[in-house]
Amino acid sequence: MSGTRTIEVQLSTTGLAPDGTPQRVPLAVDTAGHLVPVGAALPAVEPDLGGEHMLINIGPQHPATHGVLRLVLELDGETVVRCTPHIGYLHCGFEKIGEYRQYNQIIPWTDREDYLNSIGNNVAFVLSAERLFGIEITPRCTVLRVIAMELSRIISHLVWVGTTAIDIGAFTPFLWAFQERENVYNLLEGWVGARLTTSATRVGGMAADLPDGWLDGLRNFVRTFPRTIDEVDRMLTKNGIWVGRTLGLGAMGAAEAVNHGLSGPMLRASGVAYDVRKDEPYLDYETYDFDVPVGTAGDVYDRYLVRMEELRQSVRILEQAMRRLPDGPVNVDDPRVILPPKHKATSGMESMIHHFKLVMEGPRPPIGECYVPVESPKGEKGYYLVSDGTSKPVRWRIRPPSFVNLSAIPKMVEGHLLSDVIAINASIDIVMGEIDR
Amino acid sequence: MSEPTGLAWVALSFAKLLAIFVVYLGTVAYTTLAERRISAWIQDRHGPNRVGPQGLFQPIADGIKNLLKEETIPGSASPWLFVLAPALAFVPAFVTWAVIPWGAPLPTPWGTISLAVADLPVGFLFILAISSLGVYGITLAGWSSNNKYSLLGGLRSSAQMVSYEIAMGLSTIPVLLLAGNVAMGDIVAQQQATSWNAVLLSVAFLTFLVSAFAETNRLPFDLPEAESELVAGYHTEYSAMKYSMFMIAEYANMMTAGAFISTLFLGGWDIPFTTWDSTGAPSALKSAATFAMLYAKTLFWLFFFIWVRWTLPRFRYDQLMALGWRVLLPLLLAYIVLIASVLLALDAVGIGRGGAYVATLFGVNVAVVAVVAFWLDRGRLVSPAASRLQVQELERLRQVAARRAAIAAAGSRGT
Repeated sequence: MSGTRTIEVQLSTTGLAPDGTPQRVPLAVDTAGHLVPVGAALPAVEPDLGGEHMLINIGPQHPATHGVLRLVLELDGETVVRCTPHIGYLHCGFEKIGEYRQYNQIIPWTDREDYLNSIGNNVAFVLSAERLFGIEITPRCTVLRVIAMELSRIISHLVWVGTTAIDIGAFTPFLWAFQERENVYNLLEGWVGARLTTSATRVGGMAADLPDGWLDGLRNFVRTFPRTIDEVDRMLTKNGIWVGRTLGLGAMGAAEAVNHGLSGPMLRASGVAYDVRKDEPYLDYETYDFDVPVGTAGDVYDRYLVRMEELRQSVRILEQAMRRLPDGPVNVDDPRVILPPKHKATSGMESMIHHFKLVMEGPRPPIGECYVPVESPKGEKGYYLVSDGTSKPVRWRIRPPSFVNLSAIPKMVEGHLLSDVIAINASIDIVMGEIDR
Repeated sequence: MSEPTGLAWVALSFAKLLAIFVVYLGTVAYTTLAERRISAWIQDRHGPNRVGPQGLFQPIADGIKNLLKEETIPGSASPWLFVLAPALAFVPAFVTWAVIPWGAPLPTPWGTISLAVADLPVGFLFILAISSLGVYGITLAGWSSNNKYSLLGGLRSSAQMVSYEIAMGLSTIPVLLLAGNVAMGDIVAQQQATSWNAVLLSVAFLTFLVSAFAETNRLPFDLPEAESELVAGYHTEYSAMKYSMFMIAEYANMMTAGAFISTLFLGGWDIPFTTWDSTGAPSALKSAATFAMLYAKTLFWLFFFIWVRWTLPRFRYDQLMALGWRVLLPLLLAYIVLIASVLLALDAVGIGRGGAYVATLFGVNVAVVAVVAFWLDRGRLVSPAASRLQVQELERLRQVAARRAAIAAAGSRGT
C-alpha cells in the first residue's frame, strides 16, 4: 500500500454513539498498514491476541435469568466487555388494564406483577387507595397487614436465597428454602384460601379475618423457621467457595447506588441505611422494634448477608405483631367502601341495594392523586393512583424496585466474567413480572 | 501358581472382561439412581421411588426411554463429529478399567489368574493416558454442536482437564517413588507391606482427590456443564442415547476415579487390619472377599462424590485454573522434592519399612497438611471474584472490537 487513504465505514451496532444513533467512524491506514479510526488514541501496533469478540444471549430462555430477561453480552474470552439488557418479553399491560378496573378489581393484578410478594403488593396497593379515599383502617387490620407483609418478605427472600445458591452452583439450600416457603404458603392458604395469587386485601380492610387457630400455626413457624436460616447460614456464609464467588463481585459504592436509584437490600448492602419502614413509616412500623441491616462493600456477598439478616428481622417483627394483635373488627365501618354483611344483603332491601351499587359501580374516591411507598422485599415499591372522582383510576402506575435495580446491571457486570454475570444478576433479585408489568 | 496359557488364557481373559464390564455397567446405572436418592435424602425430599420397589427399576426405565427417544442432530452441527463425540467420551471411561486389580489372585483349574483384565506393566500411566482422551469427546461435542454455550463448555473442559491432568499426574509421582513401580499390582503389594498411601502420602492423596473431582467434571468443578451459566454446557444440543452416553461416561469416570483412588491410596483390594488376604495360598474366598473390599471402597468414593456435589457451590473458571496452576502445581512439586528427600534420608539412616518408617512419613505429611490448611484459612486458596477489568481496559477492548468490525466490513467490500 502506498500513501494514506481515508475510507469512511458505516459501523454496525458496535458503532453506536452514546445517544444511540449509528456513528460513522472515519478510518485511515496507518504506517503498519492497519486501519485505524482517525484521531483515535490507539497504540500504533495492537497485539492481536484476543481474537473476535463473541456476542452471546443470556436469555430470554435461559435457566438463570429468573424469567425472561435477555442480556446480550459481548465477550472477550469469558470477560464481559459490554452488557445490554433487553426487557419487555413479559409485558402484560397491567397499568393500562388498571384504568378499566374498579379499585378492588385491581388487587388481583397486583398479585401477578411481583408474584413472589403477592400479598405484600395487595397491602401496598390498598394503602395507596385508602389514602386516596381518606380511610383510616382499624387497629386489627393494621397488625394483620404487617403480618402479611412480613410473611411476604420471608417468601421473597427465601426464593432469592435458594435461586441465588443454585446460580452459584449449590443446589441444596434451594430446596431447604422452598420447604419453608411451602410452610408460609400453607399459612396463607389457611388465611385467604390462595397460595400464590392471594388477593387478600380490600379497600378498607381484608378479604378475611384469621381463622381459628391460625396464630398457633404462625407461632410454630416463627419458632422453627430460624433453624432453617441457621442451616443455610452454615452451608454458605463461611463456605470458601461461596465467599470466593461473591466477595467483591459487582460492587456498588454508596454514592453510585444512590445515583442509580437503587433501593431495598441492594441499596442497604452499599451502606445506605434507607428502609421505607423506618424512614417513611406506614402500618405503624415505627412502633416495632427491629434493625435495618446495612452492608459496607455493596457486593454480592453483602447483599446476601443483608437479606439473610432481614429474614431474621422479619421473624422478630412477626413475633411482636402476634403479641400485639388486638381484637375487634378488621374492616372499617364505612359504607362507602365496605360491603354489608352477606346475611343482611340477602334479607334487607337497603343492604341489598347498597351491596348491588358497591359491586356494580364500585366505591368512588374523591378527585386527587397519591403515592404511598412501602418497603417491598426488593426495594421501595409504590402504587401511584390518579382519581377523577369516578370508580376507576384514570392512571395507575407502579414503581417497580426490580426495574430500577436492574438498570444498574451493565454497570455492575462489565469487566467481570460470564459466571459472575449470573451471580450478579441473581443478587439483584428481579422478578420479570414486575419489571415488564 | 502358574499362569494359564494358550486358549485357557484367552477364554479366561474374555470371561474377566465380561464379568467386569457387567459389574461396571450395572454399578454405573445404579449410581444414577443413587445420586438421585442421596440428593433427595440430603435435600429432605423423596426422590424417585415409584418404578419398582424403592425406585429400583428407575435406571432401566431411564435406559429404555433414552433408547426409544428420537435422535436429533441440529441442522448447523457438524454431523460426524457430533455423533462421534459421545462415543469418544464413553469409550475411554470404560477402557481404563482394564488395569485395575479387582482382588487377590483367583485359582482356577487352568492356573492362577490375576483379577485385573490386564495387569499392564505401565499400570497407572495407562489410566492417565486413556482417561485424558475423554476430553476429546467433550471438546468435540462442544465444538461440533455449533452452539455458543456448548462451545464455551467445551473450551472450559479442555482447559480444565488438561490443567488437572498435570496435578493428577504429579500427585501420583510420590506413589511411584514409594512403590518403585507403576504396575497397579505392585502398588497394592507395597501398601500391604507398609501402610496405605493415604497415611504415607496424605498430601498427594488430598490433591489427587481434588484433581479427581476436576477430572470427572463433578461439582465444585462442573464448569463445562455449569447449568446455571451455560444451560447444559457441552451437551446442550444432545438428546436421547447420545446424551445418555455422556451421562454414562460421567458416572463411569466417577467409578474409575473411585477405584483409582482406592487402589493408589487406600490399599486397593487390601483388607485392613489383617494379613490373611495377602499371604498364603490363593483361594476363591480370598478373591471374593478382596473384591468386595475394593468394591466397597469404590462405592464409598461414589457416595463421597455425590455428597460433595449436593453440598458445595461451584468454582469460577479462573479460580479453578488458579487453584490448579498456582496452588496445586507448586505445592506438588515441592512435595515431591520433600518426599524424595525424606525417603533418601530414611534409607541413609537405615530405617526399614516398618513402624518408624510409617510414623516418620505420616508426621511429615501431617506437618505439610497443617501448613497448607493454615495457608488455606487465610483465604488465598480460592482467589476472590473481585478481580475485574478496569474501565480503561474495557474501553480498549471495545475499541479493538469496533476496529476489527471495521476491518471486516472494509474487507468484505473489497476495498
